[in-house]
Amino acid sequence: MVGRRQPSPGLLRRVEAIARSLLPSLFVALAMVVAAGPTGVAALVPAVTLPQVVFWSVFRPGAMPAAAVFLLGLLQDLLSLAPLGTGVLTLLVAHGLAITWRRVLARQSFLAVWICFCGFALGAAALGYLLTALMSLSLPPPAPMLYQAALTAGLYPAFAFLLGRLQAMMLRAEEAL
Amino acid sequence: MIRLSIPLRQALSRLSLPLMIAAAFGTMLLGKADTMLAERARIVLADVLAPFYAAFAEPARAVRGVVAELPELLVLREENARLREENERLRRWQAAALALESENALLRRQLAYIPERAPSYQTARVVSDAGGVYARAVLVAVPPDVTLRRGQIALDERGFVGRVTEVGNRSARVLLATDINSRIPVTLEGSRARAIMVGTNGPRPRLQHWTEGTRPAEGERLVTSAEGVSFPAGLPVGVVHWSESGVPEVELFARLTRLDVVRLFDFGLGGILPPEAIARPEPRSRR
Repeated sequence: MVGRRQPSPGLLRRVEAIARSLLPSLFVALAMVVAAGPTGVAALVPAVTLPQVVFWSVFRPGAMPAAAVFLLGLLQDLLSLAPLGTGVLTLLVAHGLAITWRRVLARQSFLAVWICFCGFALGAAALGYLLTALMSLSLPPPAPMLYQAALTAGLYPAFAFLLGRLQAMMLRAEEAL
Repeated sequence: MIRLSIPLRQALSRLSLPLMIAAAFGTMLLGKADTMLAERARIVLADVLAPFYAAFAEPARAVRGVVAELPELLVLREENARLREENERLRRWQAAALALESENALLRRQLAYIPERAPSYQTARVVSDAGGVYARAVLVAVPPDVTLRRGQIALDERGFVGRVTEVGNRSARVLLATDINSRIPVTLEGSRARAIMVGTNGPRPRLQHWTEGTRPAEGERLVTSAEGVSFPAGLPVGVVHWSESGVPEVELFARLTRLDVVRLFDFGLGGILPPEAIARPEPRSRR
């Protein structure tokens, strides 16, 4: 690659690049909307959001900027009837930590990442619980928080498998350029 | 695209996360300060998403139906075995019934038995269940070209209902078996003992005057008895049920509280008929 001039980005190529950078966020939003549908499981919306946000933050931070995380958090709060802002802050903290540790995390095996993600899920649920308690100035029952953490951690392998495929496809498309 | 110098861009990207976290706190404060804001935003979002969900509802329902059927599919094998066994049993019963039927026919031929002619009946709609001198009676509407007789017997689709007591041009009154004036001769199907079923105005008539020594058994079927020449023998009436206070009562097959349509049979029997006209005292006007 050294010494060759980069081809000037044509319109089509630029559209493709934009689509590639938008795809993860749109995918997360779609998953949230489907999860908020008539499934009857209230904890499903945060449980499908966190694995994807963390995954993209670790493996492709360019596709998951802080602004997108903010918007996704807002959508999550609106869909899951949580106090406005709690989901935003939780996701942003998780995103920030994932970005900070990504150089270590990206090199680990799947199992190590999953175990680490379990910590993320528990921490995010605890933070969400704390913020909800702060916002309403009363202690909500802690069982749903643990349930949500377990659900989130349990959903991670499925998302990691799917998104790993997607990531590999996007890498191949970038190499073909 | 706005072209920015590389250090500025790096600084911006480093700043974006703290900026967004600050914005998140801002959002929390905003949501706390104006609770209606979140509600309005949720309603707007729901409006946007409603068509999407509507499109998804049908396949989602199909999936849920399949999931709900899964446990049923799992027990299908067991159910099949049970049904096969039951089928076998019913087949044996059917064989027994056919054998009995042919035996019955044979015996009848040998006895020169005169078969009963099929009774004629009219089906009439129940229009009201109040009025008249009886507490438990229904009025049925009949077309004017149909002639009814007093003493005809009313059955619903399950069993005995009562007798026709008054006949008009377009209507007839049926005295129900539960009325306190009702006395029906019945036969206990198992022991063939006779008894009288006496109405109490309650939902279950009582049994009285049964043949000495044959106590009606719990759950025994009752059919009408031909004694008194008012009824043909063998119309299904109900089953015996001993109440908690030790009184034999009759759980009627007919659903007298929910009568819609009754069949009025003419068996050509007279027997004991109610008096032709019942003088009803005029209600005195109160002043």
